[in-house]
Amino acid sequence: MAKKKKVALKSDKIKFLVFCLVVLLAPLPFAKGYLSNVLIFVGVNSMLALGLNLLLGYAGQISLGQAAFFGLGAYGSGVLTTQFTMNPWLAMVLVAVSVALFAFLIGFPVLKLKGHYLAMATLGVGIIANIAFNETVDLTGGPSGLSGIPNLSIGGFTFDNDLKNYYLVWGFALVAILLSLNLVNSRVGRGLRAIHDSEVAARVMGVNARIMKVQVFTFSALISALAGSLYAHVVTFISPTSFSFAVSVELLTMVVIGGLGSVYGSILGALLLTLLPELLRAFQDFDIIVYGLLLISMTIYLPGGLVRGIPELFRRLVPARRGNA
Amino acid sequence: MLRLEGIGKRFGGLTALSGITFSVIEGSITGIIGPNGAGKTTLFNVATGIYPPSEGAVLLGEKNISALPPERRARIGLVRTFQNIELFGKMTVLENVMVGLHTQSKCGFLACSLRMPWQMSEERRIREKALEWLDFVGIPDLADVEAGALPFGKGRLLEIARAMALEPKILLMDEPAAGLNSRETAELAELIKKIRDLGVTVALVEHDMDLVMDICDQIVVLNLGTMLAQGTPREIQENPEVIAAYLGESED
Amino acid sequence: MELLQFVISGLATGSIYALIGLSFAIIFNSTGIINFAQGEFVMLGGVLTICAITLLKLPLLAAILAAVAGTTLVGIIFERFAIRPLKNATPLSLIIITIGASILIRGVVMLLFGKDTQALPAFSGTTPIEVGSATLLPQHLWIFGVTILVIIGSRLFFHHTITGKAMRACSFNRRAASLVGISVWRMVLLSFVISSALGSLAGVIIAPLTMTAYDVGVMLGLKGFCAAIMGGMGSGLGTVLGGLILGILESLGAGLLSSGYKDAIAFFILLLILFVRPQGLFKKGETERV
Ligand SMILES: Nc1ncnc2c1ncn2[C@@H]1O[C@H](COP(=O)(O)OP(=O)(O)OP(=O)(O)O)[C@@H](O)[C@H]1O
Ligand SMILES: [Mg+2]
Repeated sequence: MAKKKKVALKSDKIKFLVFCLVVLLAPLPFAKGYLSNVLIFVGVNSMLALGLNLLLGYAGQISLGQAAFFGLGAYGSGVLTTQFTMNPWLAMVLVAVSVALFAFLIGFPVLKLKGHYLAMATLGVGIIANIAFNETVDLTGGPSGLSGIPNLSIGGFTFDNDLKNYYLVWGFALVAILLSLNLVNSRVGRGLRAIHDSEVAARVMGVNARIMKVQVFTFSALISALAGSLYAHVVTFISPTSFSFAVSVELLTMVVIGGLGSVYGSILGALLLTLLPELLRAFQDFDIIVYGLLLISMTIYLPGGLVRGIPELFRRLVPARRGNA
Repeated sequence: MLRLEGIGKRFGGLTALSGITFSVIEGSITGIIGPNGAGKTTLFNVATGIYPPSEGAVLLGEKNISALPPERRARIGLVRTFQNIELFGKMTVLENVMVGLHTQSKCGFLACSLRMPWQMSEERRIREKALEWLDFVGIPDLADVEAGALPFGKGRLLEIARAMALEPKILLMDEPAAGLNSRETAELAELIKKIRDLGVTVALVEHDMDLVMDICDQIVVLNLGTMLAQGTPREIQENPEVIAAYLGESED
Repeated sequence: MELLQFVISGLATGSIYALIGLSFAIIFNSTGIINFAQGEFVMLGGVLTICAITLLKLPLLAAILAAVAGTTLVGIIFERFAIRPLKNATPLSLIIITIGASILIRGVVMLLFGKDTQALPAFSGTTPIEVGSATLLPQHLWIFGVTILVIIGSRLFFHHTITGKAMRACSFNRRAASLVGISVWRMVLLSFVISSALGSLAGVIIAPLTMTAYDVGVMLGLKGFCAAIMGGMGSGLGTVLGGLILGILESLGAGLLSSGYKDAIAFFILLLILFVRPQGLFKKGETERV
């Protein structure tokens, strides 16, 4: 038994290393092309989807306001570096800490709510944030956006092209993924999953559900804020539409498609939903119809998402073939 | 050990409990019986802090714990199982018990996400502990099965293992024998005695009279939210009121 | 006095929020679902009416009827294909599904009718009526009239008809209702029918005042939800009052503070109520029934 677990641990490690390798090599075929630009956004979205999945897929707490934390991160970095010419790295840390603190504070009243009420409250937070991005024109530039955000740099090395930014963003994403993998397979992760399955039973087993929910909410806000800062420095121009309710729904779709309660599922979802609009470019704006259909049909027919659905399909097909042979 | 003082509970207009006062003596097995809807489960819900009582107090040892939330009560040794088993269905059997060891481990968010060395050794320790508890209830071979896929009887055992993992001072069991066949029930009786012999005080709600009469030192009878009688199994069996209200009814 | 003007326009939008709030409450009470696609029904009401007028060349009244019927049909399809297949659905999956339906409806409307903002002609002209120092538009009167009729109608329906009473029975206790022979599924379907019809009606009567487009549903829906929360998710006067209060606060806030933050007001109120009085403004005591 113990041995079995060690083997499992080892295979987890191998899985992660293989994943790192894939990330490392992915941009090579199109080093200069358009795709590595898209792959940067896959990285940003992976962080966002991962943050949501920890909250929704593991702890079972929905948030329709993730775009708010993303936006706070982006605008925080954007405003501090352009209006106050702060060092971007310092700004990033400062913003991440403040957003996490903000999430921690609102987490207590918000996560007392359950189900639909939680969904509506987080949605409310998201919309208020978006209104603030639009209305604080002096700071954010309002609907017309904020431009001139500097690229990140270390020493004399500036992240000024797609390939460099790709590795920058994915460096952060990989760390977030590693931390999340550690987390979900630990005491804390078990506590979160227990809350998801039965909050009452979890509490009777001594799990402090209230604190744990707030903690994971804070962590997911932190990841989202970092993703926001990175996004701002990569694209150098941000506007409120990138942090609207539609984005929160898009993130939800990523998580549902990839697989609720699966770290790699979040990445898969982010990958598919970032590439999809590119593929659907011919039919402009077609994407929200596809998202809608995906959300409904996945929830009804494949609630485990693709990461569980695809292996399931394989298992069903392979024995069938053997049976024939 | 556990003392309930004048417990009352109302749901809107419905009085589910009123004036319930009794003690569970340390090291004993107390049975709580009563017809369906008598308020037994509600009493457990109040005792463990899932519902706040409308009136009265819950005492553990000398301490008034009425204001503590369930997780705090669990930490000081008051643990329960559920009538409709409440397992963490999407987790493995072993992980379920490991959640039961939550209070005996302390690695937090940071230590877990950074996978600190002491977190790894704590993890190993609670894994082994969890396996021991699975052994204790007799299902070590099911460790890697998803809890939601367990047959009912095994699920009950897992609930007991998970609760025992907290090393409670007092264990409340809500109808542990419901849905078990006679062989499983006999094994359960042995298991409960084994739990008592570990020094854990037990209180159980049960409809299976043979089981209750066999293992309990003290019995409390509830009817329509009030206490009808309290005494040894022998006294209860001979109490005419109880026979009229409860035993008589079940003979219909 | 500008104040009176703000109150009048606040009452008008507030009536709309009240109607939408009622349409939320009807589905919630029969199914326990908060329908995130509710706002799209409202949007459909306005957009379909305009389409019926411009494309089908229908007269106004016929166009409105067609739009309400069309929206109701969407409501039925939605219930049949997205809600009913999920037996024993968790709140989480229902939230996700209704969100999916919401963006699906929005997307289809955008694809078919475009992204333009369009106005519906006012039902009986735009000659303002002087009321003291303020002015009232004929459309305001239409809104007040329809709202009052709907309130009276739903009161009569839920308290004085067999079907209405059966629906209320379902909301109190589904199992008991099905035991006494009420077809719960029929009641659920019916609640979607009534709710989508009501929502679209709200969308039709507001369209001449605020214009309409494929994306107006989100905000209107959320504000209607806010009204319903203020009223404690009941289908009665609480929700109506909630809607009116919200409408007036919003209109005062926009007029006296800043119009940009107008929309934020509703969400601050929403959060405040969810945090402090989740049972609604007008219900007293907790009712802890599970
Ligand atoms: N959350 C609740 N809300 C309203 N009424 C409740 C609630 N929980 C229990 N009740 C009512 O309280 C009464 C006692 O229920 P309880 O479940 O405690 O009975 P019980 O003795 O455990 O019955 P059984 O032997 O069937 O398990 C019942 O009438 C029940 O309907
Ligand atoms: Mg019971």
